[in-house]
Amino acid sequence: MNMAIWPSKSANPPSGPRYGGWLQRSLHVDGVLLALLGLLAAIGMVVLYSAFGSRMDPIQDHLVRLGVGFGLLLVVARIPPWRLSRLTPWVFSLALILLIAVLVFGQVSGGARRWLDFGIIGFQPSELMKLALPMMVAWILANGSLPARFGRSLVILIVIAMPASLIGVQPDLGTALLVGVAGVAVLFLAGLGWRFIALITSLLAAALPLLWIFGMQDYQRQRVLTFLDPERDPLGAGYNIIQSQIAIGSGGVFGKGWLNGTQAHLEFIPERHTDFVFAVMAEEFGLLGVIALLMLYSTIIARSLWIAHEAQDNFSRLLAGGLALTFFVYCFVNIGMVSGLLPVVGLPLPLISYGGSAMVTLLTGFGILMSIHTHRRMWPS
Amino acid sequence: MSLNLLPDRTGERRVVRARLWIAASMIALLMIALVGRIGYLQVAQYEQLSARSQDNRIRMAPLTPTRGIIYDRQGRILAENRPAFRLSVIPEQAGDLSDLLGRLDALIGVSDAEREAFAEAQSRSRRFQEIPLKLQLTDQQVARLAVNRHRFPGVEVRPDLNRYYPYGNSASHVIGYVGRINEQELRERDQRRYRGTSRIGKTGIERFYEDRLRGEMGLERIETNALGRSLEVIDRVPPTPGEDLHLTLDIHLQQTAENVLGDYRGAVVALDPRDGAVLALASQPGFDPNALTQGLDRAAFQQLSEDTRQPLFNRALRGRYPPGSIVKPFLGLSGAAAGYINPNEPLYCNGTFELPDVERVWRDWRPEGHGRIDLIQAVAQSCDIYYYDLAERMGIDAMHDWMSRFGFGRSTGVDLPGERTGIMPSRDWKREALGEPWYLGETINTGIGQGFTLATPLQMAASTAIIANRGRPIRPHLAASADVEPSKPIGESVMLKNERLWQIAIDSMVEVVHGVRGTARAIASSDYKIAGKTGTAQVIGIAQDEDYDEDIIAERFHDHALFTAFAPANSPRIVVAVVVENGGSGSQTAAPMAAEIIEQWLKSTNEHGDLALEKR
Repeated sequence: MNMAIWPSKSANPPSGPRYGGWLQRSLHVDGVLLALLGLLAAIGMVVLYSAFGSRMDPIQDHLVRLGVGFGLLLVVARIPPWRLSRLTPWVFSLALILLIAVLVFGQVSGGARRWLDFGIIGFQPSELMKLALPMMVAWILANGSLPARFGRSLVILIVIAMPASLIGVQPDLGTALLVGVAGVAVLFLAGLGWRFIALITSLLAAALPLLWIFGMQDYQRQRVLTFLDPERDPLGAGYNIIQSQIAIGSGGVFGKGWLNGTQAHLEFIPERHTDFVFAVMAEEFGLLGVIALLMLYSTIIARSLWIAHEAQDNFSRLLAGGLALTFFVYCFVNIGMVSGLLPVVGLPLPLISYGGSAMVTLLTGFGILMSIHTHRRMWPS
Repeated sequence: MSLNLLPDRTGERRVVRARLWIAASMIALLMIALVGRIGYLQVAQYEQLSARSQDNRIRMAPLTPTRGIIYDRQGRILAENRPAFRLSVIPEQAGDLSDLLGRLDALIGVSDAEREAFAEAQSRSRRFQEIPLKLQLTDQQVARLAVNRHRFPGVEVRPDLNRYYPYGNSASHVIGYVGRINEQELRERDQRRYRGTSRIGKTGIERFYEDRLRGEMGLERIETNALGRSLEVIDRVPPTPGEDLHLTLDIHLQQTAENVLGDYRGAVVALDPRDGAVLALASQPGFDPNALTQGLDRAAFQQLSEDTRQPLFNRALRGRYPPGSIVKPFLGLSGAAAGYINPNEPLYCNGTFELPDVERVWRDWRPEGHGRIDLIQAVAQSCDIYYYDLAERMGIDAMHDWMSRFGFGRSTGVDLPGERTGIMPSRDWKREALGEPWYLGETINTGIGQGFTLATPLQMAASTAIIANRGRPIRPHLAASADVEPSKPIGESVMLKNERLWQIAIDSMVEVVHGVRGTARAIASSDYKIAGKTGTAQVIGIAQDEDYDEDIIAERFHDHALFTAFAPANSPRIVVAVVVENGGSGSQTAAPMAAEIIEQWLKSTNEHGDLALEKR
């Protein structure tokens, strides 16, 4: 491989033949990543089968959704990164407009406006934003030199704050934070100065009390308080945390065995097919199962980071890295919440929890990663 | 030094790759932290959590506290709890909810109102929480459910207490009612205190004293079988019942007040001027709180809230009416105290009043006028000319200052939710509220309680109590207990340099009832002296968007009839304010109503021997 020295900003990425075998070149699929994701999805179905009390019909639903997700992955993987980059400002603007539309026309469910109803399917614009924001941040950064100057970084912070606050007022504080994190992750990868990072961190720390007083709904405050002391509300918000920790802990090292989790089957774990599915898995498969699952997640993240490492232009590099970090944050926040390390944020366990939209978004993100990896070209010799 | 403006792409790649490595290290560390946390739970905490999972055949259920009972001043029950059976659904165990509701409907009937309330409660509950569907099951429904128990997993029938109001429509605005808690109410309160409770005070006393009446939730630990069905209660922390509440209201006097209003729309307020205890607070028409507590469906509720007679509207507290001639004793007292008039010096009334340079002519209600008339007779005969003249002398701002001291344009601070404040206009008020300057003609209208002036029946009663008490204001209240929430009256005592003026004001009001020419002389046959004042307020107009119904419109152009009074005149035990919407004249419609209430109250309290009636 030739040493990649790009003489100027306007220079194009290499234009030689593509890397890889048939799978990579024709289907634009990264075999390693696809195998890992497939394995994860399979584990997910096994766990869900137990969580649903050995019922097959929801598993079939789940399989259909997985099919849709993987189909979208294959489609997105065919879009070359340069085209993705050109589309980025439009995708971002569209996502922003839809977020505003959702506040105006959205369907209210559970006291929050999150959905747009398009007749046949409901659609959460915040899901689109989970991808559109890191794309936009990577696009802005790739149009300048790295590390980004102070002014550009400030602009990016505003670009991050707009969708995050629109989602925050829905109100969906959890998703707002995660969307924000996706943008900040890209900024971090672009070499944001440590002093700038320190400044933002201290500003955020100073803003926390304000957020507590003005920015949070009462139920959100309750959640934080209950996180600090679950026993203060054992029948309400604290119930989930207490019961899921009992489930995890009682699994021990080896677990109670598949379909044998008493916590799950006596229905003590609330939301056990969705946000709290990790507790079911930990109860039945024990510490060994948990470690295996975390290793699988880690391998997927490592592969994604490697794709970022090998990417051939700044946009691809930053976007791939950002998606990898975001995927990690999803895993960490969900497992951290279920095991009582973090407050309860309504967030599914990636690719395992039952439920459609978040899974489709994640798989689309992996489609982008595969596109980035499989559209690389060798240097013409 | 050479200028190199070209970005260094290799360097940039290095920057990002370095950050990728940093990120990878952080991820590794955090993954290890997760393993550590879960390892801690599954290894170090294993024994303890495993034991708890064994214990986890134990379910915790909230125990609803009994709500405090509301009594009237004689200990008669106004609101109580009656045993009933409630049907609740646990969505997580119930499977397909619409199918379940359909099957329940076929078995015992589920109304649209119940479906709506259920859907609303479901949207804010977690799936494992019980959601009430039917609040009051009949014996037959309970029996049917018991037989079909196995067909309805996730359906629970629980003993419950239902709120019941034995007097029905009577005092419905005062007592209020409890209803299903809604999302907004839940958000405004500490949610933990409402687990296991589906009801909350919606209006009236039930709402104002919600925190006292509700009590505190208890907890029950129940052993369940593998399907989650209850087997045995292991232990329980009993709920703390809500406090009982004794009101100053006398339900018999209240019923009399409602009866005398009859089919009129209107309000009656009766209170004890010594301490502000509210004896009756009637607003007609009323509503049946029992129906509202059981939950009306949307159509029935809409019908009730859109009724043109406005039965849900508490007129005594929220109705704002022009006080009309009711203001005359107050204004006369103010004018005399501030030196604008000499109460003994008569004025000649020829039936008309004019202002220099103003074309309009103000007329007395009596076209031929009252002739030479002093303050006492001006009140007794309700001479308008005397007050046009006084208003011109005082000017609007002095009138505003004095009338405010008597509570006009102020709220009374009664312990009921939603009291509205009247208006005592001034230059500043008009500039702020309407953005217009004040005109002299408006001062003249204000002199007879018309124009912008508005007051609620409750506020008219509270103001009248200030004259009855010779300057001491009271804070109307309904809770009898010593620790009534804010007990200090709003506003200072009215101090007059010449104390004799109080007697003149009271005498003038006695003359209204007992004078030969008093406007309310028709009610003077009683055994004791009543001090009162009639009022007949013009209805200014009718909103254009109201239904066009000739009878209703004609009727709704009639004047409002008003009367305020206290008795016995020199040691007052009761103050009454009556407002009858479109009732015609105060002396013919409102005064006899007040007389009947006063009569009943003084007789009944005298039977209890705490009052030596002042004979005429």
